[in-house]
Amino acid sequence: MAQNTAPIHRLRRVYVWEQPVRIYHWINALVLLALIATGFYIASPLALQSHKEATNAFTMGWMRYIHFAAAYIFFFNFLFRIYWGFVGNKYANWRQFIPFSKKFFKEMWYVFRMDILMLKGREHMSIGHNAMAGFIYFLTFIAFLVQCLTGFGLYASMSSWWFPKLFAWVPALLGGDILTRQIHHWSMWFFILFVVIHVYLVFYHDYVEGRGEMSSMGGGWKFIEEEVFERNHHQTPNPEKKTATENKKAS
Amino acid sequence: MINDASVQQPTYYQEVERKGYSRREFLSFVTMMAAFMGLEKSAIGQVIKAMETQPRVPVIWLHFQECTCCSESFIRSSHPIVADILLDKISLDYTETLMAASGFQAEAAMKSTMEKYKGEYILCVEGSVPTAADGVYCMIGGKTSMQILEEASANAKAVIAWGSCASNGCVQSAKPNPTNATPIHKLLSGNVPLIKVPGCPPIGEVMAGVIVHLVTFGKIPELDRLGRPKAFYSKRVHDSCYRRPFYDAGLFVETFDDESAKKGYCLYKVGCKGPSTYNACGVMKWNNGTSYPIQSGHGCIGCSEANYWDNGRLYERASSFAGFGIEANADTLGKVALAATGVAVAAHAVATNVRKHNLIFNLEKEGKQSEKELES
Repeated sequence: MAQNTAPIHRLRRVYVWEQPVRIYHWINALVLLALIATGFYIASPLALQSHKEATNAFTMGWMRYIHFAAAYIFFFNFLFRIYWGFVGNKYANWRQFIPFSKKFFKEMWYVFRMDILMLKGREHMSIGHNAMAGFIYFLTFIAFLVQCLTGFGLYASMSSWWFPKLFAWVPALLGGDILTRQIHHWSMWFFILFVVIHVYLVFYHDYVEGRGEMSSMGGGWKFIEEEVFERNHHQTPNPEKKTATENKKAS
Repeated sequence: MINDASVQQPTYYQEVERKGYSRREFLSFVTMMAAFMGLEKSAIGQVIKAMETQPRVPVIWLHFQECTCCSESFIRSSHPIVADILLDKISLDYTETLMAASGFQAEAAMKSTMEKYKGEYILCVEGSVPTAADGVYCMIGGKTSMQILEEASANAKAVIAWGSCASNGCVQSAKPNPTNATPIHKLLSGNVPLIKVPGCPPIGEVMAGVIVHLVTFGKIPELDRLGRPKAFYSKRVHDSCYRRPFYDAGLFVETFDDESAKKGYCLYKVGCKGPSTYNACGVMKWNNGTSYPIQSGHGCIGCSEANYWDNGRLYERASSFAGFGIEANADTLGKVALAATGVAVAAHAVATNVRKHNLIFNLEKEGKQSEKELES
């Protein structure tokens, strides 16, 4: 009855997401939620009536305050993540995000075939981001940049601090605040769609692979099968990885 | 600014006296202009001195694709001296709307001003320049506006782009822009300083302020990144709006006939573009400081901002989305995309369970087996 007995895998614990990456991730998630919610309010505030004097209410004021405060956190959190892309572990490295090698494109194509077209074949075994995910995160970083530029560009004229004023060239380049605001508003939808797909895919990978995808952003660990580890099948587009495992083999 | 050629011109003060204004009226005019220009009290003397000693600056005022609302605004600015002296007497050596001469005489007057005051005259341009079909859509005296602009701007001391037409193209450059109406900064060589005074029309006092500044200091006022005088265009209409407390409180007019409109709530939700429009309307107001659009219950339409015709609708905050029909705005499109994503995700989830059934089944089996072994 060998067929009825499933092969029991030995799993190896890999520390994938370091604590700074995890903290970055959840700060980003919270701040993005706050930015989207307050952003919607600012774009189209709720209908309120008041018998009180306007001076006693500050609803829009608070919404904008939260939006701006969250924007600052978002920006510096983003800066930190870029920094961590140079000093963090290989899964946090900037090479994970920018398609610069043939291998990267090959893996993206493979992920596309396996996870989107659902073709049959050997499952890919990336431990950190797969190449497709890495590339999508690269697009989100670009969207972050667009939002920071347009957002602080709009904010520049309201602020007396030098920092937002550094962005004053953005509305000037776009010809005014009207278009800048619209780009800021349109780009927001990218984040909403991203969140939906991102959360779904986390469920998906956890469900299909059973390697701790969901909890990895909590504790930082993912688990890979011993034989996969040995066979070195997991393909991360990071050249550092190969030398790291080679070194391990050598030792 | 003084040279041999222009010394013969009377000074502004001489003109003021000749017109029968009293010294007091002159001083009140100067004080008002200094206040509008945002100058310190100590600078008032400087303005007075300039007005007393500087000869009138020769001005050529060209009209291209425009509706003359800029000129109308200017001659209605709150102090009579503005129109009487600055416009009437800035010598307006050439302006189609107000000059007495016509035909060959007018052309000759322009030509002589350009030659006599080479590098001294101020060129004011009202209206955009059509460049389609070699510029035939706007021709004066047998020349296209492109040619006239090129000739007149070559030896000007400074060029002032009056109004949104000259500054950013305004309505005639709205899509599909059949005449290819072009704001003048795209056509000038860049050797002559340009001041943009956008607005449809710009406020008369702002226009006067720009000219007084040129006369007083002999140089162009400090400009922002878009080439507009900082004194008048550095703040948003929103920042000086008297309805701002309602905005901050979150109290908005929903429709123009509702209770909130009667209470004078903020017009943000009925499309007020005050938050993205840089102008001095809230401070200087219109018609001798009587009122301005928001004060009379209508939102700002952002007339001094570039492409305000194409960038969204006048009575909505929502931004239209180019290429998806006039009714599609970013949020409608976003909702459709969100629904499509939801459907795609659901379909993917179903497909996963079908196509990767074995994988999932084996994982479960493995897990269940471990669970059993743990119990035994």
